[in-house]
Amino acid sequence: MLSDDLRDLYQQVILDHSRNPRNSGELPPPCLHAHGDNPSCGDEIDVWVRVSDKGDIEDLKFTGQGCAISQASASMMTQKIKGKSKDEAAAVREDFRRVVMGDGAPTNEDALGELILLEGVQKFPQRVKCAMLAWRALEQALESK
Amino acid sequence: MDWHRIRSDFPILDQQVNGHPLVYLDSAASSQKPRAVIQTLSRYYERDNANVHRALHELSNRATEAFEASRKKVARFIGAATEDEIIFTRGTTEGINLVANTWGTQNLRAGDVILITGMEHHSNIVPWQLLAQRTGATLKYIPVLDDGTLDSAAIETLLTEQVKLFAFVHISNSLGTINPAKELIAKAKALGAVTLLDGAQSAGHMPIDVQDLGCDFFVFSGHKMCGPTGIGVLYGRMALLETMPPWHGGGEMILTVTMESSTYKAPPHRFEAGTPDISGVIGLGAAIDYLEAIGLENIQRHDHNLANYAVQRMTEVPGIRILGPQNGHRGALAAFHLDFAHPHDLVEFANSHGVAMRGGHHCTQPLMKRFKVPGTTRASFYFYNTLEEINRLVEVLLLARKFFT
Repeated sequence: MLSDDLRDLYQQVILDHSRNPRNSGELPPPCLHAHGDNPSCGDEIDVWVRVSDKGDIEDLKFTGQGCAISQASASMMTQKIKGKSKDEAAAVREDFRRVVMGDGAPTNEDALGELILLEGVQKFPQRVKCAMLAWRALEQALESK
Repeated sequence: MDWHRIRSDFPILDQQVNGHPLVYLDSAASSQKPRAVIQTLSRYYERDNANVHRALHELSNRATEAFEASRKKVARFIGAATEDEIIFTRGTTEGINLVANTWGTQNLRAGDVILITGMEHHSNIVPWQLLAQRTGATLKYIPVLDDGTLDSAAIETLLTEQVKLFAFVHISNSLGTINPAKELIAKAKALGAVTLLDGAQSAGHMPIDVQDLGCDFFVFSGHKMCGPTGIGVLYGRMALLETMPPWHGGGEMILTVTMESSTYKAPPHRFEAGTPDISGVIGLGAAIDYLEAIGLENIQRHDHNLANYAVQRMTEVPGIRILGPQNGHRGALAAFHLDFAHPHDLVEFANSHGVAMRGGHHCTQPLMKRFKVPGTTRASFYFYNTLEEINRLVEVLLLARKFFT
């Protein structure tokens, strides 16, 4: 009945993250913050990040509204990135981008963990921007000062 | 009416999508085209294609004749006094921009009010925002009530002698509300306002008589009423069109050109610079012939039945909230919000079952804010849709509920 592509896109883990987002909420200042949105579909994400003097991401949280893909991606991102250095975060982000866009193999698939489940987005090019929304906001937050 | 036979005039509807029969419920965005329109377009390109108006050769004569015959058809279709009141545009959006940039720029001053409503499409908001910025005029909105109708008490206070232009949507693309156009236009005219009616969702769905409605301008698009994309119509009352300056300059719209200045043709040609969308105009004429053969009253009745059946059936889905009037008086669409799935997830799910809908803000962001929803999913209908397709829609909504919860 259901196509395999659709089942891959909406795996239980992904639906679970979208229904019960982890690290949901705001961080108190001082922290870095960025807002991301997809004007064409109305998805919105706010990301708050606290970075240590050494450049490690000590904590991050997000709030937002949007489709299951954008919210699950944000939730999984916060779990994966917490405790990473900014450089490590950038590497994960690039590998994740490759996976959802189908743009070559990730350099370190193991480091992606659960995020690899969003691979199904490849088959739905219009949803790439949903999957990348939180990651764009994270990048902007880290670049802000 | 044999609606199943009429449906078979649309070759595109007979196909499988993702392993299921296509259920096309996105006609408010763009309708499908009957064979008659498709064949008219290919016949034009196979036999008659040439530029209009300027040459004396046979093909140009044929193209010009068919082009101007379409103008007459459009005039009759909407009850214009003369075909010279019919200006061909790229669509509804361009028609509104034309009025804003010609009549609007010429007539609006600081202190004047442009009145629109809270249920307008972005195309009937942004051109007026730009005009207000240029002229110092103020843009005001008639609020929308919870039931999706206009706040009639607010109309009484907002519709004043300062209102120079009252522009509003005939049938809302997001709510399905059918506004009482004739009554609203009469009120505005009594105070001296010029009126523009956005007919994007009403033309081709119900009989239109611009003289009975009393509007000064009426705008619509061909592609939402079985015609080709890229062609639309601006109707303007001749007394106004005659006073309006050109918008786009170029060929076709001039009488004489010297190095210093030019003189312009009378309407409608004054507003049709450059080579027009000839095949689009001819295709639009074929669409009008097709719709009139079915009968606009019949289409309106069928639209009404489909929309009401859809609303009635869709309320069976737990967690659904249907926007717009619930009193049985709505255009051929039903937009809704589900508490278990975001519009984009639902549209993706429905697509995998062959059902084509649209999810998002439907170019009415202020309205989405008003109803406190990030967006909605919209099922929109036309006369080629069937009750069985609505049953299928409900079945898919129930499957989605199982899938997402």
